[in-house]
Amino acid sequence: MAEQAVAAKKKQKTSDDYSYVGMVFHRLTRHKLAMAGAVMLILMMLFVFVGPLVWRADPNEQISGLEGMFNPPSSAHPLGTDDYGRDVLARMFFGGRISLFIGFVSAVSATLIGAFIGLLAGYYGGWADNLLMRFTDAMLSIPTFPLLIALASVMGKGMWQIIMVIVVFGWMSDARLVRGLALSLKEQEYVEAARAIGASANRIMWRHLFPNTLAVLIVSTTIGIGSSIIYEASISFLGFGIQAPLASWGNMLQNAQQFIWNAPRLIVYPGLAIFITVLGFNFFGDGLRDAIDPKLKL
Amino acid sequence: MDNREVLVDVKNLRTFFYTEDGVVPAVDGVDLTIHRGEILGLVGESGCGKSVTALSIMRLIPNPPGKIISGEIMFHGEDLLKKSEEEMRLIRGDKISMIFQEPMTSLNPVFTVGDQISEAITLHQKIDEAEARKRTVEMLHLVGIPEPERRYRQYPHELSGGMRQRVMIAMALSSNPELLISDEATTALDVTIQAQILDLMRGLQKKLGMAILIITHNLAVVAEMAETIAIAYAGKIVENASATEIFKFPRHPYTYGLLQSIPKFTERRTNEPLPAIEGMVPSPYHMPNGCRFNPRCPFATEKCRAEEPELLELTPGHLVRCFHPIEP
Repeated sequence: MAEQAVAAKKKQKTSDDYSYVGMVFHRLTRHKLAMAGAVMLILMMLFVFVGPLVWRADPNEQISGLEGMFNPPSSAHPLGTDDYGRDVLARMFFGGRISLFIGFVSAVSATLIGAFIGLLAGYYGGWADNLLMRFTDAMLSIPTFPLLIALASVMGKGMWQIIMVIVVFGWMSDARLVRGLALSLKEQEYVEAARAIGASANRIMWRHLFPNTLAVLIVSTTIGIGSSIIYEASISFLGFGIQAPLASWGNMLQNAQQFIWNAPRLIVYPGLAIFITVLGFNFFGDGLRDAIDPKLKL
Repeated sequence: MDNREVLVDVKNLRTFFYTEDGVVPAVDGVDLTIHRGEILGLVGESGCGKSVTALSIMRLIPNPPGKIISGEIMFHGEDLLKKSEEEMRLIRGDKISMIFQEPMTSLNPVFTVGDQISEAITLHQKIDEAEARKRTVEMLHLVGIPEPERRYRQYPHELSGGMRQRVMIAMALSSNPELLISDEATTALDVTIQAQILDLMRGLQKKLGMAILIITHNLAVVAEMAETIAIAYAGKIVENASATEIFKFPRHPYTYGLLQSIPKFTERRTNEPLPAIEGMVPSPYHMPNGCRFNPRCPFATEKCRAEEPELLELTPGHLVRCFHPIEP
């Protein structure tokens, strides 16, 4: 009996059995909302990246003539056709790729820029902190949307321009986050120890402090991808984003609004896709935030 | 009388902290001489300026609020206080190393201990990664860590406090420093581990021949380790002599009081309370006039309250800052 109890105890894993990454993964798998988010995201990825391999159709091919327009779902066009007689399913695939790409690239770049500014401000403190954080405050106080549109119209309407615009207005919260972290991290003894072995300020910031902020930054990026997708959709919806014939979920929505009474499904598809993706990123990001919290033991 | 080579000569070091509540003269005129290969103990109560002295030698005083306002720290004939930050960076961790009080937090949690020691090595020596790795394993072995190859890959949280302090020592010694500053390095450890670490430090000192500045509030630690002891009180050195002199013939009333307050197991047990030094350490914002120890000193006179005594050599090698030193 006693041996059995010992064996049973052994089988139960404790936090010591896991590496940090393993522990975070373990916690994530037990977080229901995060798992729901992960499933949503995996489905979306499959849809966008594997879908075109299964359903081979040209997203830009138009079926001319009235009979090609606004076709309801059929075996030839599973989601029907749009106002130019293009296959909506194919457009959903390729639009999704662009939306996800924009979301990912702009969220990651915004996080890196924010981390850079926040780390400088937090580590150096004093006037550098004041200057950088007041600049951040100033950026935060600008009403984003009108300027976003103005910028988009000045810089042009390509995909990279949109990414730029989203990044320019997306780094501030990360800067504040990292500054706060850096303020507390730089008081840690290992920073003093690093100084005592002759490490330079740059080395301490990037080699010693930055990796310690990564856990938080990964969460912030995950949630940032969701909001970047929304930004892209909003800009495209207003007509300043990705330009036809290239598809994105945002401009599909924009295009569909004029036919909202004739073909409401054209709004439902991209709307639903954006909804599921952003919700998935938010759920997953929330779960990740809980999972990486080192104060939580298993 | 002293023909040993001087390694570090601190003269009239004054480090002040400018806080919102006023100026704190944390170190106010410290003189300290460390000879090559010597173990010097710097002893004092909390807040007497021990750690600030060490950080001043490393030039690691956080500025603001701290500032070294005067003095000189001669090292190899050059004043460390006149060096640029860039020059200091090359000295830190190379010629002068330091180990800190908290082994639990002195290592970066996101790197393996091996990587951290390697970093310290590659910062000062032009060697490639494989060689640094080899040297790291050697260092881990030297500080008595079993299975150094496996430990190399472990993260700080996987090691015990004693092991981590060994890692810190390995890091500090990796570049063969001439001076090792140990700032309360054993205070956070339990007594057995403390004894092991002290043994290790003494053994390594014999082997590698560096000088060690041991900063502690624990007289037992310096009794065991140090050849020379400096007693600090309220930002000044009040007595400086060889360890045997200090323990046998303390001349300054403060040193005498400290030694009296150690329980002696050789004496017969009585019911009398342990002698203690009356009063409290003076507030750094309101240092007493004259001798800083006068409010607590049983021998204080009018002169002590009016004038500040100099650090004088009473007998060869025995320096005391007192108008009325205790006769041996």
